[in-house]
Amino acid sequence: MSSNNHEGVQKFVFDSIAIFGPEPEEISREATLESLDVDSLDLVELGQLVEEKYGVRLQPQDFEDVSTVGDAVDVIATKVQ
Amino acid sequence: MREPVIITGIGAITPLGVGASVLHDRWAAGECGIEDGIGRCAGFEPADWLSKKEIRRTPRFAQLTLAATEEACTQARWTEGLPCEPERVGCVIGTGLGAQTTLETQAVTYVERGAVGIPPLQVATALGNSAAVSVQLRYGLKGESYGVVGACAAGAQAIGAALRMIRGGEVDAVVVGGAEAAISDIVISSLQIIGAISKVGISRPFDRRRDGFVLGEGAGVLVLESADLARQRGAPELGRIVGYGASSDAFHVTAPPPDGAGSIQALFAAFRQAEIEPGDVQYVNAHGTSTPLNDRTETLALKEVFDSHAYEVQVSSTKSVIGHLVGAAGAVEAIATLCALKTRTVAPTVGLEEPEEGLDLNFVPRSAQPLREPEPDHPPIAISNSFGFGGHNTVLVMEPGAAPLHDGGPPDEGAGASDGPR
Repeated sequence: MSSNNHEGVQKFVFDSIAIFGPEPEEISREATLESLDVDSLDLVELGQLVEEKYGVRLQPQDFEDVSTVGDAVDVIATKVQ
Repeated sequence: MREPVIITGIGAITPLGVGASVLHDRWAAGECGIEDGIGRCAGFEPADWLSKKEIRRTPRFAQLTLAATEEACTQARWTEGLPCEPERVGCVIGTGLGAQTTLETQAVTYVERGAVGIPPLQVATALGNSAAVSVQLRYGLKGESYGVVGACAAGAQAIGAALRMIRGGEVDAVVVGGAEAAISDIVISSLQIIGAISKVGISRPFDRRRDGFVLGEGAGVLVLESADLARQRGAPELGRIVGYGASSDAFHVTAPPPDGAGSIQALFAAFRQAEIEPGDVQYVNAHGTSTPLNDRTETLALKEVFDSHAYEVQVSSTKSVIGHLVGAAGAVEAIATLCALKTRTVAPTVGLEEPEEGLDLNFVPRSAQPLREPEPDHPPIAISNSFGFGGHNTVLVMEPGAAPLHDGGPPDEGAGASDGPR
């Protein structure tokens, strides 16, 4: 399934983050979660969306070293693949 | 203890529109905000007042509260910052059903999607304190904050609580009010089963054809300040709350005692605290739900308390034009009461055309009346009654101040709520 590849995961994460509040044009791999006002509760929700879509469960510590959207995409893509 | 607490800001989102003045002006003109038997805040657009994140993280009753708070704080001239140390500002918001509709939606989500569909903040947003928390977070209020849960009297009970906090010296100011947004099939079904809600969808308090209340939603918020703080900073003094009285019926889950004993007790307690005589009151903003029981019992209580003066005092019901706002009612109606005092205009009990035998007070039928003149050198005084399911009875006593009312409306910048006044 093509959405499981890195590109598919990235699109999924971008779309999910847009639900939390940021404007879609603000969201890029380089944007920090802090600058987008994405907080720990949003990351929990992102984890739920990932679980529902890909069937993998993320733990809060998986996001420990995540500071940009790209970091989050990479963590999730690694889990999914 | 008569020490008055000063009202420096008011804000209301109601089925008559956005803004406290809109509520008064439209009501005084005899307009009704009820459509298809429901009092919805159709003119309220959350995105005008809240950021996308705030909208996602707040139930509707808290969203209405934030909008009403913005209006009230603007009026109080808090836009440049809080008027005192944040530790000296509290927040109390009453509600009846709180996040009922959010819970209902999430119950369906849980059935359809399971645990992964439940938002992380499900519990936090569904708590009855979430409106108070939203306000406290946005404005950085660090005095005590909490929700008051007293059914149809909650909004007035919140004001009573704020009065005690200020008079007791715990804080210098309180953002206080009530909010409700629980229009749902489940709520309506339950109210239908017990015969509380109008089958024909018409609110006509004190009319002999009345058959129950109309469910409404909305929020009312007041900024209250100690007399010292208001004076020091030259705050706009819209009015004063000079007394509060409350009681419990200890009688029945939903019905008032037929002799009105609980409301009579609350009325006398309010008069005592305000140090006034019943004859000093010009206007009563009635609880006036349009249920057969309330309107009969409330009339009886007013006759008992006011005695011969009962036929002189003006009595009207805001619920005739917006329906019953449950936990918001007490706060919204306190605001409507203040507007009547300030404009010297008593808005009418709309829909009252065929009085019931014995319900023969001046219920201001058909159209607005000029507020009765007080004795020379006396301020006009009005009271607002709120009686709740569970037997909560509350009465607020108010006087007008000199500052003009302001016209409300969303902030010019639109959303951007997170950058709001601190």
